[in-house]
Amino acid sequence: MNLDFPPEDTAFRDEVRTFLAENYPRDLREKQERGETLSKEDYLSWHRILAKKGWSAPSWPVELGGTGWTPTQKYIWSEEQARADTLGVLPFGVSMLAPVLYTFGTEEQKQRFLPGIRDGIDWWCQGYSEPGSGSDLASLKTRAERITGDDGKEYYVVNGQKTWTTLGQHADWGFFLVRTDPDAKPQAGISFLLIDMKSPGIAVRRITTLEGGHEVNDVFLDNVKVPVENRIFHENQGWTCAKALLAHERSGIAGVARSKRGLERLRQMASNEMSDDGGTLIQDAFFRRKVAELEIDLTALEFTELRTLAGESSGKGPGPESSILKIKGTEIQQRLQDLALEAAGHYGAPFLGEAGHNSGIGPQHSLDLAGDYFNGRKTSIYGGSNEIQRNIISKMVLGI
Amino acid sequence: MDFSFTEEQSMLRDTIASYLADNYSFDQRRAGLGREPFWRPNVWSAFADELGILGAAFPEAQGGLGGGYTENMVVMEELGKALVVEPYLGTVVIGGGFLKHGASAGAEEMIGQIIAGKAILAFAYAEPQGRYNIRDLKTTARKEGTGYVLNGHKAVVTGAPYATHLIVTARTGGGQREAGGISVFIVPKSAKGVTTRDYPTVDGFRASEVYFENVALGAEARIGGEGEALPLVEKVMDEAIAATCAEACGVLRRLQEGTVEYTKQRKQFGVPISSFQVLQHRMVDMFIQLEQSISMTYMATIRLSDGDAERAKAASAAKVQIGKACKFVGQNAVQLHGGMGVTDEMAIGHYFKRATMIEGLFGSTDHHLARYEVLSLGTAA
Repeated sequence: MNLDFPPEDTAFRDEVRTFLAENYPRDLREKQERGETLSKEDYLSWHRILAKKGWSAPSWPVELGGTGWTPTQKYIWSEEQARADTLGVLPFGVSMLAPVLYTFGTEEQKQRFLPGIRDGIDWWCQGYSEPGSGSDLASLKTRAERITGDDGKEYYVVNGQKTWTTLGQHADWGFFLVRTDPDAKPQAGISFLLIDMKSPGIAVRRITTLEGGHEVNDVFLDNVKVPVENRIFHENQGWTCAKALLAHERSGIAGVARSKRGLERLRQMASNEMSDDGGTLIQDAFFRRKVAELEIDLTALEFTELRTLAGESSGKGPGPESSILKIKGTEIQQRLQDLALEAAGHYGAPFLGEAGHNSGIGPQHSLDLAGDYFNGRKTSIYGGSNEIQRNIISKMVLGI
Repeated sequence: MDFSFTEEQSMLRDTIASYLADNYSFDQRRAGLGREPFWRPNVWSAFADELGILGAAFPEAQGGLGGGYTENMVVMEELGKALVVEPYLGTVVIGGGFLKHGASAGAEEMIGQIIAGKAILAFAYAEPQGRYNIRDLKTTARKEGTGYVLNGHKAVVTGAPYATHLIVTARTGGGQREAGGISVFIVPKSAKGVTTRDYPTVDGFRASEVYFENVALGAEARIGGEGEALPLVEKVMDEAIAATCAEACGVLRRLQEGTVEYTKQRKQFGVPISSFQVLQHRMVDMFIQLEQSISMTYMATIRLSDGDAERAKAASAAKVQIGKACKFVGQNAVQLHGGMGVTDEMAIGHYFKRATMIEGLFGSTDHHLARYEVLSLGTAA
């Protein structure tokens, strides 16, 4: 039992810190500071810099491009990224699809898709939820029927609607859950397909969220032809892939390092905001108590995550306990947003978007806090709602 | 970064667990608490001789097995699982802590007595007027010749009825709530002028009101510097808090597991009540509280070796988590047991009682939140 970082880890931290300081694109940082909407190219430029360094997919097997870092090093990596306020690598390809590919895919599929994911060439999106299938994902209705094409090859013809597809407006490819056997039990008739988003018959429609942003989309599939070799794993056994993917989606969802950074910002902000009696907000009895409680809960989450990491280093994959990290991690993110908006006082209200920067309306630290708050309500809903996470823990951990 | 236990630590855990499984069932505990002397000296002898665990957390140079904070954590968690009342916390964690960190004349010998099971210590720090403020002391140790004369009243001294010696905080100078002027003494309970009123506490432990009337102490009775003992008291209290958090983890685990078990057995409307989602989610929240408590106990235990400010912050943070968990898990365990939860015959209620007392032990949740606030955010307006 100790928290010691051996000298090689300290050296690693220095290496990471220096790399981030020297290589993070200046124009990207400025855009972030101005609160501008980031383009596809913005995200991919950073991804490609990391790929060149060999750091875009740390958790992958080393032979496929993983870094072979220890859990401690991965922890340091996430801490240093948060500290430097860098963008993360988008999870859809690297963290969600890739483990499914290298676990269930054929050699050919791995060679075809993994390099594009790793190197930031292909932008991936997720086709899971449907209008009628949210928490009850296995009830999904998007239908894939097998045909022989005019060219003599085998295809699936896909029809249906997917929704909540994050950043699907930029996607080159998507991974989709589709129903290949409508007569089987819900989980038994699903297949996992990779679909080229430029295929004829695909339409992506923007969904505008509360803060006015364009993050999520509906995806309509109208007689979309997908070659059979784009199916991962066996026909009708896509649910196995889907479950594996969700466990990977949850690990790392705790966002401890980012929340620690957020807490630092909140404390800074509350030291500059005034309270009703002329002192600073951080000295206000009620506000500081909420900050202290949040800080303590974040410490507990951090150590729960460290325990999970330590478990993983002894060979356990992300288990159902990762649901705890999802629940507590998102609760803490939301409480941070809640307190930041509260700290902003009157200047939580102006809704200026990108025009807010240097507008002279309110302090800079108040910009977009309302947007963050409203946008952040998604976190306890996505990735399996926090209520579904409780169902998972109940069944898988408590054995009920 | 390492959260694993050594082979010796795992053996220590197994040794205690297996002894308690054989000798400390709910019925055996109840029988022991129901008759004179209201604890089981033979259990203590077994800890000393048969199991040899009382030296686990002392350095080898002092006759111990060379362990420390982690060993105390392991022992306390197992004691919590069985609701053991025998005074490991007061004797080894607190008494041992003072003797290890504070210079005193008889420390070596006293540690030997502790390891042998002969000396039993209780910590007399609280006073009727002071609530959780450890500086608020009316008890005085007036200098007389080379020694001191002790006068005062200590409140709810847990374990005092079993103790051979008391560790006492007293003023050798300073005003009632000042940081300076606090000294610590080790006082034989048999010393002339020491009287106690012994009583049971609601969790089955025993405590005393302790009165000192012109108790004459030699200079060798003092532990640590004269009038400068507050940092020592704070350090040992933080060690006691970490150990109490470990005990709480044992208690909470029994509450959580016992509740899951009960709801799987208990049928209403023709089905086990565990099939109801409203109860499932409650039990998941209990489980999360337990896991977060374990994390914070590890954190506080590891940080006991850090500097004063980090250590204090960690201990208070852990105590806040444990306090909240004790309330939430305890109350909901009883709620989910229904009427059976409020009967004396089921163990669950007894775990609830101990969990509730742990909430207030060494400072309530609010007390530690306030302490944490100052340490982390600076003083309020």
